[in-house]
Amino acid sequence: MKGRIWGSRGSIASPGQDTKRYGGNTSCVELRPPGCDVVILDAGTGIRELGVRLVREGAERMFLLLTHLHVDHLEGLGMFEPIWRKQTELHIWGPASPVASLEQRIAKYFSPPLFPVHLSEVPATIEYHDASESEWQIDGAHFFSNAIIHPGPTVGYRIESRGRSLAYLTDHEPALGADLDRDPSEWISGFAIAHGADLLIHDCQYTPREYEHRLGFGHSSTEHVARFAETTEVDRVLLFHHDPMHSDDQIDAMRDDVVARWGVDGDRCTAAAEGAEIQV
Amino acid sequence: MERVPEQRNLVLILARAFAAQLATAVFLLDPEGTIIYYNEAGERLTGRTFIEGAGETIDEWMTRTHPRDAEGLELPVQDLPLGTAMLKHEPAHGIVIFTTTDGVDRMIETATFPLFAHTEDFVGSFTLCWPIEEDRR
Repeated sequence: MKGRIWGSRGSIASPGQDTKRYGGNTSCVELRPPGCDVVILDAGTGIRELGVRLVREGAERMFLLLTHLHVDHLEGLGMFEPIWRKQTELHIWGPASPVASLEQRIAKYFSPPLFPVHLSEVPATIEYHDASESEWQIDGAHFFSNAIIHPGPTVGYRIESRGRSLAYLTDHEPALGADLDRDPSEWISGFAIAHGADLLIHDCQYTPREYEHRLGFGHSSTEHVARFAETTEVDRVLLFHHDPMHSDDQIDAMRDDVVARWGVDGDRCTAAAEGAEIQV
Repeated sequence: MERVPEQRNLVLILARAFAAQLATAVFLLDPEGTIIYYNEAGERLTGRTFIEGAGETIDEWMTRTHPRDAEGLELPVQDLPLGTAMLKHEPAHGIVIFTTTDGVDRMIETATFPLFAHTEDFVGSFTLCWPIEEDRR
């Protein structure tokens, strides 16, 4: 599988001199499983530029996997050019809530007064799929979703194709539900998604010191990422969902901290940078 | 596709994390009625560490502890608050006497509620227990 990072920032878009290398766009990852139409992970502001590319390519069928509906993962959808084209067939997966469907929940953002147009007026054909806990297959690629720890309904995704696997766990705080060093794996949020993955894309928003003041916000520290990577026995980790207050240099230091705590070669851990290609 | 590893439902993971912080005895059962967790207060109440009690089924627990009502009449599983949550998927409350591992009869007030995940599937039950001291009987 090949792919590209279109946005790796968390919480709010953060363009500026200090964030140039890792980028300021919020969560969006493009993935191209062999023989499968484009798969898009989250619709943060990074999806705008991806949309331009897809229109240029003439892509008409695409799959959008939303981890949850916090604004930084959804705010780019209105500026995703393919949805304004009648010939586009867009399938959206995401978590429903106990009281509202996925479509109803997306429409809360995608309607006045937060957005000028209502979701129902979009010309593309959109199909909604509940990904609270499910498995499905598209064109030879296998998808698995599972609920994970983050405020509100949130899922992680695992995508497998031709024996390779990618786990996507942005916005994840496994340390809130378990002791990552001592508890059996069955009690660790996200374990089933990540176990043995060739590439794990994981939340790494805080330093351990920052985490002390952000407990329960739904994100991980460098220490948690290192422990989680070790427990789940993944091959490589891509640090994701960078804090909007962190400069490129701070992200470099956090990446070094994860490598030291995990105790692996540096090439197994990278901080996700906007525009970077990924290969699984 | 590779086999997906076993993992508890997120609702159970969060319930266990919550229970681990409580000073009140909490018992967590899976949908089949197997004890999958109890906290330190639960260990104190039953006189049994979780290492000893983990994996016990509700039937095994009943055989060992002989649960009775406040009048001392034996309670069938469906009349236990825990049984109501497990079999009917409804919350329940009641007074139960049971025999602890060291042979002491203990009276407790207990409330159980079923746990449903986002997809509304029944994933287990959450039981809170308060010991009733002699002066409250």
